[in-house]
Amino acid sequence: MLFFIGRRLYQAALVMLTVALVAFAMFQYVGDPVSNLAGQDTTVADRELLREALGLNDSVLEQFGRFIFNAVQGEFGQSYRMRVPVSDLIAERFPATLELSLVSALIALIVGIPMGVYTALRRNSWLARSFMTLSLIGISLPTFLIGIFLILFFGVILQWLPTFGRGQVVDLGWWTTGLLTASGWKSMIMPAITLAVFQMTLIVRLIRAEMLEVLRTDYIKFARARGLTERSISFSHALKNTLVPVITIIGLQIGSLIAFAIITESVFQWPGMGLLFIQAIGEVDIPIMSAYLLLIGFVFVLINLIVDILYFSIDPRLRVER
Amino acid sequence: MKLKSIIIAGMSVLALGGLALPAGAQTFKFAFQADAQSLDPHSLNETFTLGLLGNVYEGLISYDKDMNRVPTLAVGWEVLSPTKWRFDLRQGVKFQNGNDFTAEDVVFTWERMGSEGSDQKALAGLIENITIIDDYTIEIDTPIPNPTLLNDLVTMYIMDKEWAVANNATKSSSPADAGRDGSYATTNANGTGPFMVESRQPDVKTVLVRNENYWGNDSIATNVQRVEFTPVSQAATRVAALLSGQIDLVYPVPVQDWNRLGNADGVSALTGPEARTIFLGMDQARDELLYSSVKGANPFKDPRVRHAFAFAIDINAIRETIMRGAATPSGLMWAPQIQGYNAQANTPHPFNPDKARSLLADAGYPDGFTVTMDCPNDRYVNDEKICQAVAGMLAKVGVTIDLLAQPKSQYFAKVLAQGGYDTSFYLLGWTPGSMDVFNVFNNLIACRNEEGTVGGFNLGGYCNERIDELSRIIASETDVELRQAAIDEAAQILKDEAGYIPLFQQPLSWGVRDGVSVAQRADNVLDLRNVVMP
Repeated sequence: MLFFIGRRLYQAALVMLTVALVAFAMFQYVGDPVSNLAGQDTTVADRELLREALGLNDSVLEQFGRFIFNAVQGEFGQSYRMRVPVSDLIAERFPATLELSLVSALIALIVGIPMGVYTALRRNSWLARSFMTLSLIGISLPTFLIGIFLILFFGVILQWLPTFGRGQVVDLGWWTTGLLTASGWKSMIMPAITLAVFQMTLIVRLIRAEMLEVLRTDYIKFARARGLTERSISFSHALKNTLVPVITIIGLQIGSLIAFAIITESVFQWPGMGLLFIQAIGEVDIPIMSAYLLLIGFVFVLINLIVDILYFSIDPRLRVER
Repeated sequence: MKLKSIIIAGMSVLALGGLALPAGAQTFKFAFQADAQSLDPHSLNETFTLGLLGNVYEGLISYDKDMNRVPTLAVGWEVLSPTKWRFDLRQGVKFQNGNDFTAEDVVFTWERMGSEGSDQKALAGLIENITIIDDYTIEIDTPIPNPTLLNDLVTMYIMDKEWAVANNATKSSSPADAGRDGSYATTNANGTGPFMVESRQPDVKTVLVRNENYWGNDSIATNVQRVEFTPVSQAATRVAALLSGQIDLVYPVPVQDWNRLGNADGVSALTGPEARTIFLGMDQARDELLYSSVKGANPFKDPRVRHAFAFAIDINAIRETIMRGAATPSGLMWAPQIQGYNAQANTPHPFNPDKARSLLADAGYPDGFTVTMDCPNDRYVNDEKICQAVAGMLAKVGVTIDLLAQPKSQYFAKVLAQGGYDTSFYLLGWTPGSMDVFNVFNNLIACRNEEGTVGGFNLGGYCNERIDELSRIIASETDVELRQAAIDEAAQILKDEAGYIPLFQQPLSWGVRDGVSVAQRADNVLDLRNVVMP
């Protein structure tokens, strides 16, 4: 087990190094940061000085080497645009993204799993069919459209919910949370639903397909023959056996929730990392972009690792084989 | 409702032991598409950053709501000789930390603006020396006679010397040294202005509170006690925030949303003219265009081709369809709000496609040619749409435009000096920071010099020696009539040669909650001194 984790961490380092290198190669094409950092009366010579001071005249490999050298020491440089350390910015923004992602993952699970089980068990019922239609809509509508619809309906027309931001947050010193205030929760509802819709529909469809598969297997028939209740068959035998693929997908989806909350965050001006990243792209804020990509690489690797470990505890067969 | 909010406010005062705002305190919330980059008033010469900081810091002179110059930290001035000015400073002014404002702070500020890392070195360079006569009198020497010194001084925001020394912030912070020693002023502010920074989270929220000890509290209109500024980057989100009543003022509002604001209850669009001129430029420097079907020659070196382009573009059609009627067609490279404007010279080329075709034929391009046009797509109001319309109009006279519309970061990286002026035909907008015409000549129209100090934004390399001579006169002529004559002559030459093709001044576009009174300044600055809440 320890060997397994060690190997995974080693792979993680490789992945992150590759991510950073690819990122740096791309930064050559995102534009010139200096044009956003100098006023229009700034002379060409002064702009050149600024480029030099920021190290933008060095080769890609030099810039990459310097970045890695600093990153290893936990130093990610300063944001060009906001002029504060990138690590401070990410620490400041990470709670917002994590809270949003977890709440929406929770919504997706709590709503998605029962819906999936129901649509598998009562395949032909009227309700199951409408669930499936809904999930089709959910999977095909783009996130920003759902967000804008919600804003228009609940924010502008009904004026029930705030249309942007995180509401009142409580600062715990090392973490800022919006989960302790009413306005924080109200602000959370729309972005969390927007972000959850796609995951939820994915879970519904996945669980349904897996359940249908499992329900056809011999041990379910045997369980029926043993005279077990339908409830015990569905939940402790069938559902449990569908969970391995579901956990893989959900794990990876939490990664993408964190990484790709970008669109939801920019529609709702949610002050998380995704918003930070997309604005950094617009303004060519290279230190933020590189640190963010590295962090996201790390999050994915970490989640993969956790999912792998979870397999061991859920699927006894794996434990025997190892 | 009103009573209830007063009671609640009163209760919170009790609850917080009198720390909260006085009863009836007015909170003004506004959103802009981006955040100020820094609280350091000398680290970035950019409209929004300086506009926001203008509520915290002050210059010797400032603009009122109609862009007239008004004495601020200076109470009066006198021209002693063409290169020597005396300023009397306002007495009894205190910085927000309680320190006194004196002549020493002015000298310190000037030195700080010239320090490495400052983005206002060009401004600092307009002053040769500042002599302290006494605590409240200074004399400013300029290297050459400077008729626009008063305008230039508006963005020279005075910083407290003692505060800067105590916090190791005597040099302007730059993006390269942000977060290190000396960047205290990036995240903290201490000016003489009517508002103080209470808290700031970059790109998330900045809260300002009223400075109760402000020297001019009796002379400013505002009744606002607290200001919450939120950057909201998505236009749709910004407009929704206004419509849902969470925000009192948002800008910019997309032109296509004006009707929506007009039809909604309780909000309206403010669409005054901005001092920003949108124009087209052409590469007239190279012997062969970088991006064109014409090889071995540069068609833009021929004035007939440039005139043909100007005749082919129907500015009024662009104004009506793309700008919803809210742009001001322009024949000059500067707007009516700019010092040096002359209404008689402002007639654009009339729309005349036949003439354009015959001019192209005369120049040897009866079948037109192909040229690539560079265009930003997130910098000016509907910039990409304007370029598309221009391409369509030029197609009708036989010129094929390959449109390359890009986000501003890529666009500027390509077309500006650092990209080697890598363009053949482009769209750009310009507001002179000093609100004076010399800035336009110096940056856009005068011939580019080797050092890049003149003509830095003359991307097409237009060059006329007579205009250069006139530009030097405009720089230093203090006699208003002689100066205007030089401006008019230069404007005429530029138009005769069609060195540039001015299109129009773009509109300002703010969305405001009804009952909130604001002044929409032509430089797109929201001055909180003019905000009055219901």
